[in-house]
Amino acid sequence: MEASKIVDAKGLACPLPIVKTKKAIGELESGQVLEVHTTDKGAKNDLAAWAKSGGHELMKHVEENGVLIFWIKKG
Amino acid sequence: MTVKGMTSKEVTQRVFNKEELFILDVRNESDYKDWKIDGENFKYLNVPYFELLDGVEEVIEKIPTDKEVLVVCAKEGSSVMVAEMLSDAGLNVSYLKGGMKSWSEHLEPVKLGDLNDGGEIFQFVRIGKGCLSYMIVSHGEAALIDATRMTDTYLEFANSIGAKITRVFDTHLHADHISGGRTIAEKTGATYWLPPKDATEVTFDYQPLEDGNDITIGNTVITIHALYSPGHTIGSTSFVVDNKFLLSGDILFIDSIGRPDLAGKAEDWVGDLRETLYKRYRELSEELIVLPAHFMIIDELNNDGSVSENLGTLFAKNHGLNIEDENEFRRLVTENLPPQPNDYQKIRQTNMGKISPDMDEQREMEIGPNRCAVR
Repeated sequence: MEASKIVDAKGLACPLPIVKTKKAIGELESGQVLEVHTTDKGAKNDLAAWAKSGGHELMKHVEENGVLIFWIKKG
Repeated sequence: MTVKGMTSKEVTQRVFNKEELFILDVRNESDYKDWKIDGENFKYLNVPYFELLDGVEEVIEKIPTDKEVLVVCAKEGSSVMVAEMLSDAGLNVSYLKGGMKSWSEHLEPVKLGDLNDGGEIFQFVRIGKGCLSYMIVSHGEAALIDATRMTDTYLEFANSIGAKITRVFDTHLHADHISGGRTIAEKTGATYWLPPKDATEVTFDYQPLEDGNDITIGNTVITIHALYSPGHTIGSTSFVVDNKFLLSGDILFIDSIGRPDLAGKAEDWVGDLRETLYKRYRELSEELIVLPAHFMIIDELNNDGSVSENLGTLFAKNHGLNIEDENEFRRLVTENLPPQPNDYQKIRQTNMGKISPDMDEQREMEIGPNRCAVR
């Protein structure tokens, strides 16, 4: 999936992955895709809920070698 | 104003003492709905931290100024952030140290009573998850029953009262939490006992716990009598301690009964569950004090925080013990069961020694409420 921007939040604990994600998505245009890398397992539910409440679309997520990768389309 | 950390132990005291507390839970809505800190006089507000990143104005109006306020999140980080924002806005609030992770792991020891010739029995209340474990002590010797994976708590407690743990028991192969039994046995040199019918797939050596086994603790006789009581699992075994206490495992609780389906055998085991609750337990003295391996709701706590009730009272009041019709009983325990505990299959495999997840994975596996009962 083609992302316009990547946030590396690996090794960061809550709330930082979401803080960084929120900042990064603010710099994107509507329809552009943000890729987020995190090792915080709690981020899965939080990012999904945050994206929903902000009108963004959590398109896909995968787990690779302990790293969670999310693709979020700005709403 | 300063932001103080409140420990799980301090929150536990507020639960036991039925004190007031206002909890601002900043986890996401689904996690909050699934599992939260229960207290009889606690009030709640759930607003996820990610909705407060730009400011706390929208919640400030909803937070009382005449009550103690505790901000709670999963692991502490977000609650510190929100607590600091509220503090900057002039409120006096605390955050929960270690978050729900530490709440899930907190064990509070409560003395239940004295036994023959100076013996004592303690209940370890895992307040956040509803697991109950027991230590029976006599003359410097201790037996441990249904220990959780927070093994240091038991070791330190035994040490503090000058007792050596010599025997460790599990009433059954647990599906809702990871047993600390094997680890404690390894650390102390104690023997680890399991019902053999639950242990057919375990990968380690154990002492078979069988009906009629009498185990003596200390140099005076405190008898722990094993009573085969299948139904939650095929091997489930109860203990009668000092002819005074009935440790019922996950078979009988205060306001509910065990569920027979966590090893995938509801239909097969419902008959055993019926037999145990309606025949085997009926043959016991009604004066016995029932000590279960779980509580489900905070109302089941006694005034001192312990969980116990006379067997006779349970025969009179516990709905699960008062269903005359066998078919109705069968339906209750096999249909409309609550969701199964988080990761219960992996928890069973861990307790069999088949997989060895690291500490973080173990925490993740156990997250959420306890669901071992049917009402």
